[in-house]
Amino acid sequence: MNMDFQSINLILEKYRYRHSDIIGILQDAQALENYLPEEALRYISKKMEISLTRIFDIVTFYKAFSLVPRGKYTVRVCCGTACHLGGAPQNLDKLNRLLKIKDGETTDDRIFSLETVNCLGACALAPVVAVDEDYHEAVNAGKIEKMLSAYQEEE
Amino acid sequence: MEQITDISGLEALREEILANRNKDKTILRTCISTGCKAQKSLKVVEALKAAIKEHGLQEKVEIKKTGCHGFCEMGPIMVVEPENIFYRKVKPEDVGEILSTLNGSGGVVERLLWKDPVTKELATHERELPLYSKQNKNVISRSGKIDPADIEDYIASGGYSALSKVLHSMKPAEVINAVIASGLRGRGGGGFSTGLKWKICSNAPGDMKYIVANGDEGDPGAFMDRSLMEGDPHSIVEGMVIGAYAIGASRGFIYVREEYPIAIEHLSIAIKKSEEYGLLGNDIMGSGFDFSVQINRGAGAFVCGEETSLMISLEGKSGTPRSRPPYPAIEGLWGKPTIINNVETLGNIPLIISKGADEYAAVGTEGSKGTKVFSLVGKVQNTGLIEVEMGTTLREIIFGIGGGIRKGRSFKAVQTGGPSGGCIPITKIDMSVDYDSLREAGAIMGSGGMIVMDETSCMVDVARYFIDFLMYESCGKCVPCREGLKQMHHILENICEGTGEEKDIETLTGLARFMSTSSLCGLGSTAPNPVLSTIRHFRHEYESHIHDRKCRSGVCKNLFEYIIDQELCNGCGLCRVKCPEKVVSGEKKKPHSIDNEKCIKCGICFNSCKFNAIVVK
Amino acid sequence: MKIQIIIDGHMVQVDNGTSVLQASRKAGIDIPTLCYHEALKPYGSCRLCMVEIVQNKQRRLVTSCNFPAETGMEVFTDTDGVKQVRKHVLELLLARCPEVPMIQTMARRMGIEKTGFKKIESKECILCGLCVRFCEEAVGAAAIGLSNRGTEREVTTPFKSSSDTCIGCGSCTYICPTACIEMIPDEKISGIRNMNMGRLSLELCSNDYKCTDCDIEQTFIKDIKSVIAQFRKKDKTQ
Repeated sequence: MNMDFQSINLILEKYRYRHSDIIGILQDAQALENYLPEEALRYISKKMEISLTRIFDIVTFYKAFSLVPRGKYTVRVCCGTACHLGGAPQNLDKLNRLLKIKDGETTDDRIFSLETVNCLGACALAPVVAVDEDYHEAVNAGKIEKMLSAYQEEE
Repeated sequence: MEQITDISGLEALREEILANRNKDKTILRTCISTGCKAQKSLKVVEALKAAIKEHGLQEKVEIKKTGCHGFCEMGPIMVVEPENIFYRKVKPEDVGEILSTLNGSGGVVERLLWKDPVTKELATHERELPLYSKQNKNVISRSGKIDPADIEDYIASGGYSALSKVLHSMKPAEVINAVIASGLRGRGGGGFSTGLKWKICSNAPGDMKYIVANGDEGDPGAFMDRSLMEGDPHSIVEGMVIGAYAIGASRGFIYVREEYPIAIEHLSIAIKKSEEYGLLGNDIMGSGFDFSVQINRGAGAFVCGEETSLMISLEGKSGTPRSRPPYPAIEGLWGKPTIINNVETLGNIPLIISKGADEYAAVGTEGSKGTKVFSLVGKVQNTGLIEVEMGTTLREIIFGIGGGIRKGRSFKAVQTGGPSGGCIPITKIDMSVDYDSLREAGAIMGSGGMIVMDETSCMVDVARYFIDFLMYESCGKCVPCREGLKQMHHILENICEGTGEEKDIETLTGLARFMSTSSLCGLGSTAPNPVLSTIRHFRHEYESHIHDRKCRSGVCKNLFEYIIDQELCNGCGLCRVKCPEKVVSGEKKKPHSIDNEKCIKCGICFNSCKFNAIVVK
Repeated sequence: MKIQIIIDGHMVQVDNGTSVLQASRKAGIDIPTLCYHEALKPYGSCRLCMVEIVQNKQRRLVTSCNFPAETGMEVFTDTDGVKQVRKHVLELLLARCPEVPMIQTMARRMGIEKTGFKKIESKECILCGLCVRFCEEAVGAAAIGLSNRGTEREVTTPFKSSSDTCIGCGSCTYICPTACIEMIPDEKISGIRNMNMGRLSLELCSNDYKCTDCDIEQTFIKDIKSVIAQFRKKDKTQ
C-alpha cells in the first residue's frame, strides 16, 4: 500500500518528536487510515528513535488502537453498568447474529466493525449503541435491524 | 483581545460584558452535550437558527448552546429565559411553535413540558422539576446555563474571580490552608484530603512540579466528569491554576479519556481562550506567575485512571501502575513532585476560595464536607446528574429526587463506587451518603456512580459483570489481579451458567482476601468489593444459582424461562408482535404461549406486557 | 546515612536506599522471589517476596523487593499472613502453568502439593518480565517486549515476527525462571541466533533448580557476556 509518510511527518512535527507524546502521535496517525498499518509503526519507530518493541506494547495495550483495517462504520455497544442492566448483552447478541461477527471483528464486506466499549457517558439513555458519532438510545433487539439498515442504505 | 493584567481588569471586563448584554432578549438555552447531541439537539439548533432568521427575530431571540443540564434522558433539553420554561424532547419540528409563544402572549408549548411520572403533574419551570429543585447545585451549577465555548459567559457569571483573589492577595501557603480547612476530599474515589496532598507536594523538594487533572472517568455508569468537562471547562482550568500556584507547579496536564470527544473539544477551546485573555500561560493576570496546560487523551484503558498508571501513560508508555512509596506528591511525573486531582475536585477549588473555607465547610457532615455530584442511573424514574449535600440519605436521593423505581417495581439494591464499590440493600436505605458511611456499608463513594437495581437485576450477574470488566481492564502485571480475576471470572461464569459448585463461595471469598491485600494497585485490591458485597447482602441468590440452578431475577439465560400466565393473559398479542424471533404464538383474545426451545430471552415481551402476564420461572 | 531495621527479631544496619529484601539477604534471611534480579530495577509483579512490616504503629503487607528500609521499621518474613500470600501466589501459578517443572518444584519446596484452583490453561511463561527487562535495561537491545493487556499479556517480538534488533546473546534464555525461551539458529544467516518464545524445556534441570552453585550457569554467563561485548564494540564503531 502507499503509505502517507508526508502526513505522518506533519504529525511528528506537530508534537515536536516528543517521546512522552507518543500516544497522541499514534492516535493522530491512526486517524489517517482508521487503523495503524505495520509500515506506519516501523516508520514512526525509526523517526522517533523509540524501540518498535515499546510501540508494539503501546498499540496492543491501549484498546483505542487497531492494527487491522476497520469497517466503514464502527458499531460500538456500550457496556457501562446502566447499559448492561438495560440489556446491552441482548443487543450484542443480536448484533452478533445479524452481522455474523464477534466483538473486535469486521464484516467481510468491510462495512461494519463491531466493538464493545466501556461507558460512553450517556448512561441516562441506556442501553446505548453508537455507530461512529451517532449515539442511539434505548436500543433493544427489535430496533437493531432498522438502525443498521439506515447505514446499509447509504451503500 | 487585550489581556487582563490585573484584578481591576477582570472586574472591568465583567462589567463591560454585562452592560453589553441585551436584557430584553429571550435566551433559548439549548443543550449540545453528549446526551442531547445523541438525540439530535444539533438539528434543533439548526432549525432554530433558520426559523429565527426567517421570522427576523435576531434582535429578540438568542440561542445559547450549553453544556449538560443533567437530565439526559429528557433530551434534547431547552430552557427559555428569562421565564425559566423547561422544554424536554424538543424536535426540529417544534421550533416554530416555540418561537410563536415568545411574542409576549406568555404561552407555553404544553406537550413539551415535563410530566411527573408519579403525580402526573406538569412542570412549567425548570426550578419546579424535583430532579433540580431537590439538588444543591454548586460545582455543576453553571453547566447548562453558560456557553462552555464562550469565556466571557464564564467571566460574566463570576468566573476567574477566585483566581484573581489568589494571585493578588493570597500566598501559596494560605491557599493550601484554606483547602485543608474546607475539608475537601478527593472526588475521584480516593477520598484523601486534597489540601493535605497539596501541602505534601508543596513541601517536597524539586526544581519542577506538575499538576494533573484526572478526567479519565472510567467507572461505567458515571458521567459527572463528562458533564463538568463539557459544560463548565473553565472551572477546571481555574481550579488547576489555583492548585499550581499553591504547590509551585509551572506545567499541567489534563488527561481526558478519548471516548469523550466533546469534553476534549471544550477543554481545548477553554485553554486557548484563557491564554488569549491572559488567564493562563505567562505572567497570569500580571502576577508574575507562569503556568501552562496541555491536554493528553486517554487511549482506552480504565487502569489509567489510577494515579501511577496515569503518570506512566503521560510519560508515553503502556499504563502499568507501580507501587508506592514513592508517593506521586513527592516523586511523580519524571520523578518530580506531582499532584493528581480529579476534575470534580478541581471544580470545587474556585468555590472554596470565593466562599471561604468556613462557609464551604458549613455544608456536609463532620467527615465529608461540601457537596458531591452523582450520576443517578438504572431503574429509577428520573435518571440524571444530581449534586447534593454530603450526608443526604439514599432514600432522599433514590425516592425523593429519583422518584422511586420505574414500572411499579421494587428497589433491590444500589451500586456505588463503580467496579471498586459495592451493592447496598434496602435495609440501609436511610443511611447517610458520605465517605465513611459508605465504606462501613461495604461500598465506597468512588467517583459518584449510583446505579439503582430492581427485582429484575441479578446480583450474581452484577458481580460477574464487574469482574468481567476488571479482567478486561487489568494491566496484567501482577499475579493476584491477573490470575485472581481470571479464576473469579471462571467461577462466576460457571455459577451463572448453572455449573456452580458447593465450594465456590468459599473459594471466591478466599481469593478476595488475597487480592485485596496483595495486589499491586487499587484496581486489583478493590476488585473483590462487588463480589464481597453481593455475597454479604445477597448470598441467597448465589445459593439459588448453585444449588437450585435457578436465576429468579430472569437474567442468567440457562437458569430461567419466560412463561405466559394463562389466567392473566388476555390475548392482546402485543408480545407476539414485538417478539424479534417470532416465538410467541396465540390467537387474538386467547392466552398466548412462548416456544421456550427457540426463545432467546431478550426480554422484550416481558418488558412490554401491560398486564404482568409474563413471568420468570 | 545508616538505616537500622529489625528483621525477624534481628537488628540489621544498611545504607540509605536499601530495600527490605536486600536488607534481609544481608541478615542471611531468605525471602523467595520470582521476578527479582540484582541487575535490574525491582518490578513487583510476582508478589512472592511480600512480608509484613510495622511502621508508625501500622502493620501491613508490602513487597520487600521495592520497599525502602527505614529506621524504626520492623519486618516479619514468616508470619501466617505471609505464608498465605506465598501459598496463593504459587497455587495461582500452578493453575496457570500446571506442567512447568520449575513451578512444581518451587511449590513443593514451600509445602504446596497441589492447587485449589481450576487449571483453565497451560502456559509456560509466568510473566515475571525478567527477559524483557534484562533485554532493555541490561543489554540495551529491547528486542522483546510485553504486549496486550491483562489475561492476554504476553512476551513477544513486535508483530511476533523475527526480530531485527535481537543480538542473540541468550540473556533471556538464561534469566527465564521457567526455561520457556530458547535460542535457535537463524534460518538465513549462519552464526546468528534468535530467541524463540514458548518452547518449554521438558528436561528437568540436572541441578534441581539450585542455581547459585551451578557450573552450567557459569558457562552460560560467559557465553552471554561475550556476545554482549561484541555487540557493544560494534555499536561503538558505528
